[in-house]
Amino acid sequence: MWARAARRVLRAPGGGGRGFASKAGGGGVSAGGEAAPQERGRVPGDVIEHLERLALVDFGSREAVARLEKAVAFADRLRAVDTDGVQPMESVLEDRCLYLRPDNVVEGNCAEELLQNAHRVMEEYFVAPPGNITLPKLDEQELFSKS
Amino acid sequence: MAAPVLRWSCPARRWILANIDRGPRHGRGSPTGSRSSGKRGQSSVAQQPLATAQKPRKGEHQWAAVVGLEIHAQISSNSKLFSGSQVHFAAPPNSLVSFFDASLPGTLPVLNRRCVEAAVMTGLALNCHINKKSLFDRKHYFYADLPAGYQITQQRLPIAVKGSLAYSVFVGKNRNQVINKTVRIKQIQLEQDSGKSLHDDLRSQTLIDLNRAGVGLLEVVLEPDMSCGEEAATAVRELQLILQALGTSQANMAEGQLRVDANISVHHPGEPLGVRTEVKNLNSARFLAKAIDYEIQRQIEELENGGEILNETRSFDCKLGCTVPMRDKEGKQDYRFIPEPNLPPLLLYDSASLPAGADPQQVINIDQLREQLPELPRVTREKLVQQYGMLPEHSFTLLNEVGLLEFFQNVMKETRAEPKRVTSWVLNTFLGFLKQQNLAVSESPVTPSALAELLNLLDQKTISSAAAKKVFEELWRSGGKTPAQIVSEKRLELMQDQEALEELCQATMEKHPQVVMDLKKGNPRAINKLIGLVRKATLNRADPTVIKEMLERQLSS
Repeated sequence: MWARAARRVLRAPGGGGRGFASKAGGGGVSAGGEAAPQERGRVPGDVIEHLERLALVDFGSREAVARLEKAVAFADRLRAVDTDGVQPMESVLEDRCLYLRPDNVVEGNCAEELLQNAHRVMEEYFVAPPGNITLPKLDEQELFSKS
Repeated sequence: MAAPVLRWSCPARRWILANIDRGPRHGRGSPTGSRSSGKRGQSSVAQQPLATAQKPRKGEHQWAAVVGLEIHAQISSNSKLFSGSQVHFAAPPNSLVSFFDASLPGTLPVLNRRCVEAAVMTGLALNCHINKKSLFDRKHYFYADLPAGYQITQQRLPIAVKGSLAYSVFVGKNRNQVINKTVRIKQIQLEQDSGKSLHDDLRSQTLIDLNRAGVGLLEVVLEPDMSCGEEAATAVRELQLILQALGTSQANMAEGQLRVDANISVHHPGEPLGVRTEVKNLNSARFLAKAIDYEIQRQIEELENGGEILNETRSFDCKLGCTVPMRDKEGKQDYRFIPEPNLPPLLLYDSASLPAGADPQQVINIDQLREQLPELPRVTREKLVQQYGMLPEHSFTLLNEVGLLEFFQNVMKETRAEPKRVTSWVLNTFLGFLKQQNLAVSESPVTPSALAELLNLLDQKTISSAAAKKVFEELWRSGGKTPAQIVSEKRLELMQDQEALEELCQATMEKHPQVVMDLKKGNPRAINKLIGLVRKATLNRADPTVIKEMLERQLSS
């Protein structure tokens, strides 16, 4: 099924019909799916690691990665649609009016309330670690999907 | 070993650097060839005698530097870009933060009309094409001062594109030759500012203040059309003046309202562009040119030593005067841009496309904003040159110094003196005193009225030029007195009595017959001596030219 969809895509000319994912210019998943259509659309281990750092999610198990792969394959079916000459829809709100607010000060002055939510505060400042804490590098054997 | 001679040229100056030792270059104190003395021209480290060099002149390496800038200007508005909390520089931490700014769940962005107008006005002033439809996106990255985990910006379709910024550099021995340059503007986009992090290294923590989070920013992206620190600094200065004239941003670098990031690379002319580094957070006008020049020099040296340039992010350490790699910014960033799902496209109109019966509060008319644009610095300068006949470089100086133009115009209003004289006094004497004591125009002890009165006295020939300078000094020191008072107190008025002066001339000549003889013999310096003697006799209250005329008349009769 995926292969059939892939063939249809290869036949259709490029045009303006590509989905947003390919235009983002960095999404590792779409690059993996487009550039090297593997047998069962597997997502390479280094891409999983990259995603875990970017989005702070933990795939944790082979099943989770498999679910990701199925989700990508499901979305890929969009490529079967011929969108030549059709303007992309960026937002379901595209017909709505963007409300413009007048430049008045109507909010703020609630430091106490906001600081209540913080784990640690110091004299009206939120307290955070000194910098971004990098995730530990995963050992190769700990990865569930092979490249 | 033959020493390769490096040459990196910039229209404003030529750099010649001789690379004589190949030792490690890390941690250099001050950047070589930096403009420490403020003198134009060449600055060279000791050169190997060219007689021993094997390379023919043609083989000298030429380097060209390429500098692009990303400038973030805080929009001058009462409230933030997407929320109604106040925009203010100094306030108790986290007191100007709304629920949306703190990214509490359930909050939504609501666009501030003033910020859109500011963006359109800036785009028009910079000759940009205003996109009638622009879009908002989310740029994701993790940092403690970005509570939502993303910044709302305009990556795909910004509000203005393809403009230009004209600026002028002054070259030549007296810095009076103007070269007009242009840098292309890639785009202008609206985006949110992040909060502020205060690093507490002692307790190994960071304190976060979200007062600045969500403040509207205009990001102005300049194409890499500049080739050295001075060009970049001049372009930034001109942009500052434009933003201030428009009122869209106060653009004060010291208060963080204008921040500049530079993208710098070097290459041999004719070859493809080199790897670029990004130097972030150049937040001081003083260090902007220095940092860029240092980085250019560093890259040239690195490449000449056979090293390579990493595509990395660096920051400028002003104490050491060098750029250093930034931690937490290694590796390529993946921002995972997505459309901002909570904001429809931003639509702008012009007079032709304005929908009938639309609520004026809800639509923005580009043509109307264009008509309301205030006078831009370039036009102000042209008018000064035309109206007062001043040299172009003077018009630049008048605008570059905060408050100086207003001071000048106030003096002009109250004085009868010629514009050229006023210009000279304001730019040389007045500005000179200010600079000497490191004062701003607003801190000047001399008011425009006082200077105007002084120039009137000079114009009426009530006092001489030398006396005027003395009066000015006294005005500066004392502050309270008027020029007239000082003149009478110090008896600086020029002698008005012509007869008395005639008598003095006669008397002086009689007292010094040998000088008169010298003069009659044809000694040219004798006349000056005589004039000096008469002046002394008048207690410096006579104009030397008048004395000269009188003496010559008396001698010839």
